[in-house]
Amino acid sequence: MGSPNALGVTNEFDVAQVKKFAKQMRRDIVTMLAEAKSGHPGGSLSACDCVATLYKGGVLRHNPKEPNNPARDRFILSKGHAAPVLYAALAGEGYFPREWLMTLRKLDSHLQGHPDMRKCPGVEVSTGSLGQGLSIASGLALGLSIDAAHKGCEPQKVFVLMGDGELQEGMVWEAAMFAAHRNLKNLIAIVDNNNLQIDGHLTDVVSLGNIAQKFESFGWHAIEVKDGNSIPECYEALCAARDYAQGPCVVVLHTIKGKGVSFMEDQAGWHGKAPSIQELSVALADIDGLSEEAE
Amino acid sequence: MADAAPRATREAFGATLIELVKDGYPVVAVDADLAGSTTTKKLGDYDPERLFDAGIAEQDMIGIAAGLALTDRIAYTASFAVFGTGRCYDQIRNTVCYGNLNVKICPTHAGLSVGPDGGSHQMVEDIALMSVLPNMRVLVPADYESAAAAIRLAAQTPGPVYVRMGRAKVPQVYEPGFKMTPGGSRLLREGKDVTLVACGLMVNEALVAAQSLAEKGIEAEVIDAYSVKPLDEAAILASAKKTGFVITCEEHSVIGGLGSQVATLLAAKQPTRMKFIGVQDRFGTSGELKELLRRYDCDAEAIIAAAIEA
Repeated sequence: MGSPNALGVTNEFDVAQVKKFAKQMRRDIVTMLAEAKSGHPGGSLSACDCVATLYKGGVLRHNPKEPNNPARDRFILSKGHAAPVLYAALAGEGYFPREWLMTLRKLDSHLQGHPDMRKCPGVEVSTGSLGQGLSIASGLALGLSIDAAHKGCEPQKVFVLMGDGELQEGMVWEAAMFAAHRNLKNLIAIVDNNNLQIDGHLTDVVSLGNIAQKFESFGWHAIEVKDGNSIPECYEALCAARDYAQGPCVVVLHTIKGKGVSFMEDQAGWHGKAPSIQELSVALADIDGLSEEAE
Repeated sequence: MADAAPRATREAFGATLIELVKDGYPVVAVDADLAGSTTTKKLGDYDPERLFDAGIAEQDMIGIAAGLALTDRIAYTASFAVFGTGRCYDQIRNTVCYGNLNVKICPTHAGLSVGPDGGSHQMVEDIALMSVLPNMRVLVPADYESAAAAIRLAAQTPGPVYVRMGRAKVPQVYEPGFKMTPGGSRLLREGKDVTLVACGLMVNEALVAAQSLAEKGIEAEVIDAYSVKPLDEAAILASAKKTGFVITCEEHSVIGGLGSQVATLLAAKQPTRMKFIGVQDRFGTSGELKELLRRYDCDAEAIIAAAIEA
């Protein structure tokens, strides 16, 4: 991973650096949400380590200075309500000025409540209505792989991050069938399996059973990550998925919703609620206490 | 072009896609297990890398098309109108229109023209559903030649476009080579007593009605409002001013379609007496197209009656 990627950007994997990046993302997430006074902390924090690993760990080939470079890998945030985690990563990488973060959800902001590709650089496609990202990613992966075959080169990778509750949308499984049928080798699905949705634990609302086995039965290769909030574990799995050459691959991350903020962890109530100013100071203190050491 | 044999608008779909490919347009199509009926199969036979079958999965069809559009392709979706709009409305709204992606929603078998399949399949709400979406343009071709023109105009128009096509063979209205202009219409017959603003297969019914009305001393003006959204406001306002009486004619619900949009225009800019020929807030039923047009008062006879009862 040490060599310059197709975009001429070197992103060596340095656990401490990615952890530091994720820590700042967490600070940004809770701060921008407190400023916005609404939004979705829980699912942003559970996905934080994965998204940090993608953007800062060198998994995703991208260049903030050239957000539209055709050679880039694509990342689609299908669970669009977790927009703060994407905005935090994009700001951290320099896609736009950090000051934008404090405009989240406000009138005329580039940072809409859910990601808007027409307003924010680095957002590949507008999302927000759950279940649609995997289909879009399939079409994208298909088009890119056909183009790459014509050029005789390797296709760009398409990563798509879904929530576990999102998998209750039937369309996800339409896309899972199609991607396997077309054997889309450059497609990587990631499931943020924090086991919470708005109405409670998935196992109480509508159980999904074994997510990895479900995808496997659809013809996908599945990789499970025991601690989806561990950056080294995310890195290992995401690299393995990226390099898997036999067909579409899913990475199931077992995560904790609200990870990093004591009073938000595993609480359905923090799916879609912003912290108050008092709660923000507790949250920031919690985040400051997180380890930055390489494991 | 009364001599030409009737042809279905859908027949122009696959044939025109191939022409567009030959002309250098980066065209692809995504269907949902109806490629033979919608005629996108022709494109797949021509170049297998340009037709993708999502299977019986219309929501996925739209998502795949959106992804393909993100690779600088012009992506056409197909299926039947009832499934290709209603079954995947949220995907069209939130992914295609909200993102203003270069996806063309082009289902066939719209309206009553699907006939014997019955009310479950007779989509008479699609113009309303598609027209209400920001960024979406709506084209309703009257015959084979205008369907070919609509598919071509869609490729030349950046962003989402809806093209409504039918199953049944319909009489030819236009000569080969007919071209649509963006936001345009076509004045097909001049008159001074009443304006018939029609779209789709009702254009021919309006022309037939106008012929009969002329024999009764009523001079009807006939406008093919093939661009239902945006409407050719200038042409409709000018004709309404001339005749003072407008009858809209559509093979679609009178709610939210051509009639509603013409009424909104006239009410705001030039209040004019109106009547609405279309399906009166009902579901369809099995039958042959001609029988259905009669049953739902969507034919020349109904137009003539509406014009005379003035």
